[in-house]
Amino acid sequence: MASVELINVSKSYGNVQVLRDINLSLEQGEFVVFVGPSGCGKSTLLRMIAGLEDITGGELRIDGAPMNDVMPARRGIAMVFQSYALYPHMTVYENMSFGLEQAKLSTPEIEARVQAAAKMLQIEELLGRKPRQLSGGQRQRVAIGRAITRDPRVFLFDEPLSNLDAALRVDTRLEIAALGQRLPDTTMIYVTHDQVEAMTLADRIVVLNGGNVEQVGTPMELYSEPASQFVAGFIGSPRMNFLSGAVAEAHGAVTYGIRPEHIALSSDAGDWAGKVTLTERLGSDTFVHAEVEGIGAVNVRIEGRADVSAGQAVFLTPDAASVHLFDAAGRPVAGRPDA
Amino acid sequence: MKPPLWQTIGFYTLVGLIVLQAVFPFYYAILTSLEDGQALFEVNYLPKALNLANYQAMLTEGVFGKQILNSVFVATVVVILSLFLAVTAAYALSRIRFRGRGLLLLTVLSVSMFPQIAVLSGLFEVIRYFGLFNSLWSLVFSYMIFTLPFTVWVLTTFMRNLPVEIEEAAIMDGASSFTIIRRVFLPLMWPAMVTTGLLAFIHAWNEFLFALTFLSTDSQRTVPVAIALISGRSEFEIPWGNIMAASVIVTLPLVALVLVFQRKIVSGLTAGAVKG
Amino acid sequence: MAETAKKSRLSRSRTRSAWLFLAPMLVTLAVVAAWPLGRTIWFSFTDASLDLMSDARWVGFRNYLEYVEWGDGEGQYYGLLADARWWRSVWNTILFAVVSVSFETLFGLVIALVLNQQFRGRGLVRAAVLIPWAIPTIVSAKMWAWMLHDQFGIINDMLQGLGLISQPIAWTASPDTAMVAVLMVDIWKTTPFMALLILAGLQMVPQDIYEAAKLDGVPAWRVFRKITLPLIMPAVLVAVVFRTLDALRVFDIVYVLTPNTDATRTMSVYARENLFDYDQFAYGSAASTLLFLVIALITITFIMATRMDLEGKRS
Ligand SMILES: Nc1ncnc2c1ncn2[C@@H]1O[C@H](COP(=O)(O)OP(=O)(O)OP(=O)(O)O)[C@@H](O)[C@H]1O
Ligand SMILES: [Mg+2]
Repeated sequence: MASVELINVSKSYGNVQVLRDINLSLEQGEFVVFVGPSGCGKSTLLRMIAGLEDITGGELRIDGAPMNDVMPARRGIAMVFQSYALYPHMTVYENMSFGLEQAKLSTPEIEARVQAAAKMLQIEELLGRKPRQLSGGQRQRVAIGRAITRDPRVFLFDEPLSNLDAALRVDTRLEIAALGQRLPDTTMIYVTHDQVEAMTLADRIVVLNGGNVEQVGTPMELYSEPASQFVAGFIGSPRMNFLSGAVAEAHGAVTYGIRPEHIALSSDAGDWAGKVTLTERLGSDTFVHAEVEGIGAVNVRIEGRADVSAGQAVFLTPDAASVHLFDAAGRPVAGRPDA
Repeated sequence: MKPPLWQTIGFYTLVGLIVLQAVFPFYYAILTSLEDGQALFEVNYLPKALNLANYQAMLTEGVFGKQILNSVFVATVVVILSLFLAVTAAYALSRIRFRGRGLLLLTVLSVSMFPQIAVLSGLFEVIRYFGLFNSLWSLVFSYMIFTLPFTVWVLTTFMRNLPVEIEEAAIMDGASSFTIIRRVFLPLMWPAMVTTGLLAFIHAWNEFLFALTFLSTDSQRTVPVAIALISGRSEFEIPWGNIMAASVIVTLPLVALVLVFQRKIVSGLTAGAVKG
Repeated sequence: MAETAKKSRLSRSRTRSAWLFLAPMLVTLAVVAAWPLGRTIWFSFTDASLDLMSDARWVGFRNYLEYVEWGDGEGQYYGLLADARWWRSVWNTILFAVVSVSFETLFGLVIALVLNQQFRGRGLVRAAVLIPWAIPTIVSAKMWAWMLHDQFGIINDMLQGLGLISQPIAWTASPDTAMVAVLMVDIWKTTPFMALLILAGLQMVPQDIYEAAKLDGVPAWRVFRKITLPLIMPAVLVAVVFRTLDALRVFDIVYVLTPNTDATRTMSVYARENLFDYDQFAYGSAASTLLFLVIALITITFIMATRMDLEGKRS
């Protein structure tokens, strides 16, 4: 039985439809990431699962039971907010116990749960502090701790890392991944617009675009078999090159897609002749931007160093097996092109 | 770059004038209140006497002490009642989306614009009907007409600015609307409550028209009416010294409060921007 | 509507709490505001008197306007709208509102601009400016009545000392100066409120605008006219409207400072006199009703004109 099930779920604000006929089925214990550009409806979808937004149409089920008309606190879910949403006037302990108190648990039971969660997140020394006496990372942990004490069936995260600085973000990401493993029976739903977070955390990714589900699949499926030009462009960094014109028409397509890492660069021979316009060196990788005659701008990713500089003539060779072809509507063109 | 000297002098002259006009009348009232007998009828710019006879007269003879207590009682009860009613109402108006909310806010705002005189005859009838005429409760009751819309309006503005996610976290934690107000919002609202309460207290303390109309005996009156009605047997026997002493007594606490809570009052006034 | 049918339990329970939370306030406002207002309007169409309120009889518009025939083809209009004292009080009220609000705005603007500068002792000056606002209206009226006293008043003494007048002026008693006295006290008392509201508007003007203007060498007066003034205009406007509504219902200052004179009697004072002093309860109610109508009209116009942001969506 699926843990969370969405059947033809839709959402409108007045006359504006922001989500259309969403069908999803999440297994128990799965780590699912909703990803998509800003405004595509990720948060709205998450908040509908949480019960903070009305469901305009369709049905939501958790463990088989319909949830459309169940109060948020009774859905067996917990949510970690983007701004943490800790109660500013309560200590960490009170923040974590508030929900349990509302559920009328006994004091020893509450104490035990809070201590267990605090231990798991290593925030035992912080229990007596107020939120303003905590660092950003510590607040984030308390927010997660508050969610854990509720012992939820489903864990919801709305962009939990976006208020942290870059270094802390990586650490916390790893911790959330570890949390997913420590709670193997809890379903995790995680919203982000950052595809790196999505790729690293997810068992399965749901790509949303303009209120529709574009594709659902494992990170590798999305990477190697994107179901649309949108997904192909959204997943993977740097972005896939999209070329149009003769090179695409030669394969019976409107758009010819090739990832920067699937192009070989040579100074003396290759399929496409071009000129380097710019190189970006990251140490581990080098991004070479080239202008190819008759094709246009192409970005190439080279592992390690590449000793090319702007103005230099180069030859590029796409890996034929990794080419993606799309029609005018952005749908994949059936069949891989022959080399 | 330093501004030219004449500009600096001009600026500080202006500042001096502003301070002088603001402070002088109260200063002069204090000065007068300390004079007695003949000294009263000579114009002095600097303190000449330090005579507490006027204060003694006001506080020991007659019912002025009782009248101060009346004012304190009315203003305090009015503030407590209107804050109590306003907190829940403000939560509903600022945090819950429901049909008719805009209209309700409009109603609250329009009531705060009501000229008091427009309800005077109707209120007079209601108060007589409930047997509250010449009772302090008549004022507690009637002052709601201006303190309640004012407190609701200001608290609504304040509550609107509290973060939405905190409330949603509380909802996820299973807190009812009432629990959210009591356990989550109220502790965050104390500064706003103090400010609003203080402003409502000042309004109630200063009110004149209702107090003049609904109370009829000296011992029931509140201080503004009491001061307004102090008179002598003729134009030439008005006890100005006593009047000034009474004025200083009822004003000093207010001035002190206002100076202490300066910042809060300014923010409350601007948030409300409803009533002077 | 299909959509309302699908409101979740949470929405429904929140809507229910909303009405529950609002009920006490709404009941209170109904009893202290709506019902009395309705009764006032009703009384204005009856022959109610102070002692006989409950069995007042409907008399139509007689309190407002009535033409009485004398039988010989001649007649006369009676009623509020034909009462010269009423029209005098209307005029007094409007004069008071216009003049006091104009001066308060002007002085308030000057004080706000001063307080918006950085200078030593600014906190003290702001505190001092607040004092007139903190003084109860009645007390200010009495304080000024003493300062304006014709024989022993310090104002006359000052003016004579400066050689501006040769004879003491009976400020509050003389019909020529009574309104000036009332205006003076009101302007003194209420300017701080205006200054605070305008100052709040001023402080929202981003500082870098001034710095940019300074770098461009724009003269101070032009900066004020072209940048500051337009930016604080909305705040000033709101303050002016609120103050105007407040000024139109003025009662205490006039009643205490200049009792019983045609020169300053305002609509509120006129109404109360009739209600409680002359035992013309119905007639006074009619005056109250008219004042209410005037203020309601201005309020509605203002709310419509600014399409006021009641739900705080834009903030
Ligand atoms: N209360 C509301 N009323 C009307 N429209 C809304 C409301 N809330 C959200 N929307 C609209 O719904 C759409 C989806 O919003 P949502 O917050 O779910 O986007 P998102 O994918 O989470 O974006 P982001 O990455 O920026 O957080 C947006 O176009 C937004 O403008
Ligand atoms: Mg979002």
